[in-house]
Amino acid sequence: MTLDPAALEGEAVLPPTSSKGSLRLLWEDRMGRVGLILLVVTTIAAVLGPMVFPFDPAAVGADSSTILQPPSAGHWLGTDELGRDVFAQFLAGARISLFVGLMATLISTVIGAGIGIASGYFMGPLDVGLMAVTDFFLVVPALPLMIALGAIFGQNLLIIILVIGLLSWPRTARIVRSQTLSLRNRQFVQRARSLGSTNIRILRRNITPHVGQLIVANTILVVAGCILAEATLAFIGLGDPDRISWGSSLHFAFVSGAIGRGAWWYFLPAGLGILVVVLGFTLVGHAFERIDNPRLRGGS
Amino acid sequence: MSPLLRRFLILLASIFAIVTFNFFLFHVIPGDPLRLIARSQHLTPEAVAHLRQVYGLDGSLLEQYVVYLNNLLHGDLGYSFSLQENVSDIVGRALVNTLLLLTCSTIIVVVVGIAIGVFAGSRHGKKSDSTTVVTSLVFWSLPTFWVGMLLVFIFGVWIGGLPISGITTPNAVYPNVFGVASDVARHLILPTLTLALVDIAFFIIITRTSLVEVMGEDYMLTARGKGLPRRRLVWGHGVRNALLPVVTASVLYISALVAGAIQVEVVFSWPGMGLLTYNSVLSRDYPVLEACFLVISVAVLVANFCADVVYRRLDPRVTVTS
Repeated sequence: MTLDPAALEGEAVLPPTSSKGSLRLLWEDRMGRVGLILLVVTTIAAVLGPMVFPFDPAAVGADSSTILQPPSAGHWLGTDELGRDVFAQFLAGARISLFVGLMATLISTVIGAGIGIASGYFMGPLDVGLMAVTDFFLVVPALPLMIALGAIFGQNLLIIILVIGLLSWPRTARIVRSQTLSLRNRQFVQRARSLGSTNIRILRRNITPHVGQLIVANTILVVAGCILAEATLAFIGLGDPDRISWGSSLHFAFVSGAIGRGAWWYFLPAGLGILVVVLGFTLVGHAFERIDNPRLRGGS
Repeated sequence: MSPLLRRFLILLASIFAIVTFNFFLFHVIPGDPLRLIARSQHLTPEAVAHLRQVYGLDGSLLEQYVVYLNNLLHGDLGYSFSLQENVSDIVGRALVNTLLLLTCSTIIVVVVGIAIGVFAGSRHGKKSDSTTVVTSLVFWSLPTFWVGMLLVFIFGVWIGGLPISGITTPNAVYPNVFGVASDVARHLILPTLTLALVDIAFFIIITRTSLVEVMGEDYMLTARGKGLPRRRLVWGHGVRNALLPVVTASVLYISALVAGAIQVEVVFSWPGMGLLTYNSVLSRDYPVLEACFLVISVAVLVANFCADVVYRRLDPRVTVTS
């Protein structure tokens, strides 16, 4: 390791915390710990659940007596309006909801971080142009646009992931840009430049590591937003008809009149699932924000 | 150029961008727009030619764009096949109902949200603060439509007593205008409550975080050192400064509010823009869907512009530095 010039200057540039260090700080934060536990439990349920409980979520009941039955030994969470097992659907839905949320976040983060770093580092006309586009997408209401795109391009997982991912990046871009802007004028970056470092090298060695932590905290909050967006789109009826997520399960519960018939076992599990996952990501995301910004920490 | 004029020109440019974007979205990308409008593959050539002419789809793309802009300027949003009515009339009625719902819930959300946010932020680090934050995060993590479904279940099936669908009681006979108003008000309760329950959390968290940051500033230390009473410290010095970021964050709130309203209207069959969007998706009524997207987007752009103007008035630093 070479000496960090910033340390010699006495500048307040904190070295990026290692991922191991962040996890420890996260565990010490009470809300962060709860969020982490919620996420680990749901992930295990989504990954292992369908293997441990090999019920077929698509198996339709034999006759009308199997429709909208309350929980029993045969169906732990009862059955839906076609006699399908709600518990099996819940486990299968967890996979789809998490998968769509994570994939959309990946797209959103790559675009947002890329635009933010390019905009903040190179400044000038590129910055003006990129930020005009960013500000435009920041104010255009995302859900109506997602609904319009989903209705036009059809309903399958890939389209849904693309639609959500391509519309969730503007906040990331804004946050990353302002951080990059403040970094590029710090002396350790200017020194690297005057020593002849190329732009690519400065971006890789000096900018990205310091922006990285911010991106992580922001990304975790974006996941929560993307999972909620998927659930909402699916509830509107724009989910993939072949792959039932928590949102589409609630869509069918709503459309089939399960509420009026008092079939609470049908619409409670999927909603609670969404709540637990979104809350998990939100708690962890906010905990990371507190780690980055010590002034927000409690007990001062 | 004054900053306000500049901001207004940006608004106009954004509206123009949305209009153009809307045109390309519905007229170019999905293939032949006629297929979407007529929703039928089996038309006689004469019918196709007639519809093309009616919808201004018989010229080049540029000509179509000019026809589209011209129609928009005359308030012509097309014709709905599924509802057999001019789209602009349908949208006009829906917009009024949505604005009623949004106004009621926004008043509750802003007043209660800021009050609770100040309560929590001024007790930073105490038990009541962290309880408020955790509760808010739980509510913020709830899907709005699911909260609506729960309220429908509780008040429609379980306890009963409150209307769970529509804006008035079907076939009701009212003695006078107050009868109508009270019926609408009763139908407003649950949709408003649903929106408020989820969105209040947003204002609580923003206000609380902002106040906590302000309370850590040097001038707050000075104010405390002067021996100011706690009330004046929090409200006079803290909240006044803490509210600026809250106004900025309302940009994000406007989007969340619109998204929430769409879901709430679907769940409670509230006849506004959200229910109209939902129905047009179900019936694949593209002229209506297109108009809904356009009207909602322009309304949000204008609302953002207003929030920005207010912010500039509140914080003179913005005008001086930019």
